[in-house]
Amino acid sequence: MGRDVLVLAEHLGGSLGDITFELLGLARPLADELGGSCLVGLIGGSDAMVGQLGAADKVARVDAPGLEDFNPEGWIAAARELIGATEPALVLIGHTSVGMDLAGALSAALQIPLASSVTGVTAGEHLVASATLYGGKMNAEIDLGPGPAIAAVISGAGTADTGRAAGSPEVIAVAPPTVQGRVRFEGLVQPEAADVDITASEVLVAIGRGIGDQDGVEVAQELADALGSAVAASRPIVDAGWLPKSRQVGKSGLKVTPKVYLALGISGAPEHLEGIKGASTVIAVNTDPAAPIFRVADYGLVADLYDVCEELVEILE
Amino acid sequence: MHILVPTKQVPDLVEELFLDDDGTALDPDECDYKLNEFDDQALEEALLLKEQSGGTVTVLALDGDGVNKVLYTALAKGADRAIKLTGPEYTDVQGNLPLAKLYAAAMKRLDYDLVLTGVQGVDDRDGQLGPLLGALLGLPCVCVATGIEADGDTVALHKEYAGGLMASLRVTPPAVLGIQAARQTPRYVAVSKVRQVQQTATLEELEVDDPTPPLSKVLAMAPPETGGGATTLADVDALADVLRDKGVI
Repeated sequence: MGRDVLVLAEHLGGSLGDITFELLGLARPLADELGGSCLVGLIGGSDAMVGQLGAADKVARVDAPGLEDFNPEGWIAAARELIGATEPALVLIGHTSVGMDLAGALSAALQIPLASSVTGVTAGEHLVASATLYGGKMNAEIDLGPGPAIAAVISGAGTADTGRAAGSPEVIAVAPPTVQGRVRFEGLVQPEAADVDITASEVLVAIGRGIGDQDGVEVAQELADALGSAVAASRPIVDAGWLPKSRQVGKSGLKVTPKVYLALGISGAPEHLEGIKGASTVIAVNTDPAAPIFRVADYGLVADLYDVCEELVEILE
Repeated sequence: MHILVPTKQVPDLVEELFLDDDGTALDPDECDYKLNEFDDQALEEALLLKEQSGGTVTVLALDGDGVNKVLYTALAKGADRAIKLTGPEYTDVQGNLPLAKLYAAAMKRLDYDLVLTGVQGVDDRDGQLGPLLGALLGLPCVCVATGIEADGDTVALHKEYAGGLMASLRVTPPAVLGIQAARQTPRYVAVSKVRQVQQTATLEELEVDDPTPPLSKVLAMAPPETGGGATTLADVDALADVLRDKGVI
């Protein structure tokens, strides 16, 4: 087994995702600790992408028709070729929509340990991952053995700027796999036009599962109107069909950067917190004093959100 | 389409969580377990697919507290078969890979076109169930899937990315899909109907081997440190003061 750290690059619509640079930033000190190199595994991709991967020592690339756009079947097969060719001690993958398809499949197929929802990795005799579990209510230290191992790292665990560097790393061409072709990519679907652009709002009134029923949306809207702001939401509200997808904040929604983010009845699951890292001030209102949102919020009020909305509207009037 | 829906129980996060004596896992005796909410989405999508294009829905659950209720509820909602995997209990299985191996062993004895799982669970520490199952069964798996539509011999779906961007994918069954959300809120079924089903229907049982040990080991588990947390506000007036201070009112 080698001593190298392999970052599996992620790209959509022809651009590398920030997660790739975040992983590269995390990979460099780990590779130094292990006494190995920092490698990027690029599936499909372009020469322009290679030129953005200057933070890597080498880029191992598999390129073949059908690998241009993400397709779990083809990409898993290609990732297996990359791992086979580079024999890394540690594979870093984003805990993203793309990474979720890859990480588990590679772990099960290659029978190598995997940690999910990883926030950091240390390399000593064993690789040890820190992970966030149970909706952010527990942190775990996970022994992944001496390697090879896989860590699926959440967005925001590293900073993209650390891993972003122009350059011309050496490219190792890896032979493409044989793929059955049972999954076909047919195109990207752009998000629907939004009625309200929550990324442009200075103040956001954000609602989560704690609102209980659909009437809560109206209550939050009244407060938002009084504040001259917009209503945003966490995933369960959008899945219930109470607000459109364009209002969703978090991992599978939008990343927002308001001056004030007022989180009402939002527990603060890691998937949601990914979307509010850029908020200047977070104020959380929740009836559960143990809600993880209170650890990341600047201000917290343990109270019923309906009472808070009503009182705040009165104060504002 | 013949659809399998493997489900799992997860700790209810509304309740306070307690660690076991080693401090490496939750204490199963102190946890309230409930059906993984994303598995409920997978079941709903499976039932909708069946209603649109025929076939059957079979729900699977590993034995454990509350599992009979999960399976009878699924039957009351319209599932055709409910199979309980017996031998180990859910709380004996450490991680999703060992769980996936039990499900894969059971599924090899069943006929199916699609396996729909919940996209994730709150206890996923070694990968999500769907992709693990896909690899063990030798089938393609697409996660974060929505809008599943059977279309002749293939299945069309959307895979969600960040910011509302999606990919249109087409899959040739058999395949595993990790469901993010069903097209409609999971249906409600009255307790009286579940009771009625309980009296007339039988749960099938399928024995599986003991779980294999996980590939990784939890060294320690603890609630995140509270240091640097929120400044506590006494009341709504104090909250309004913060808003004034930030210049937004």
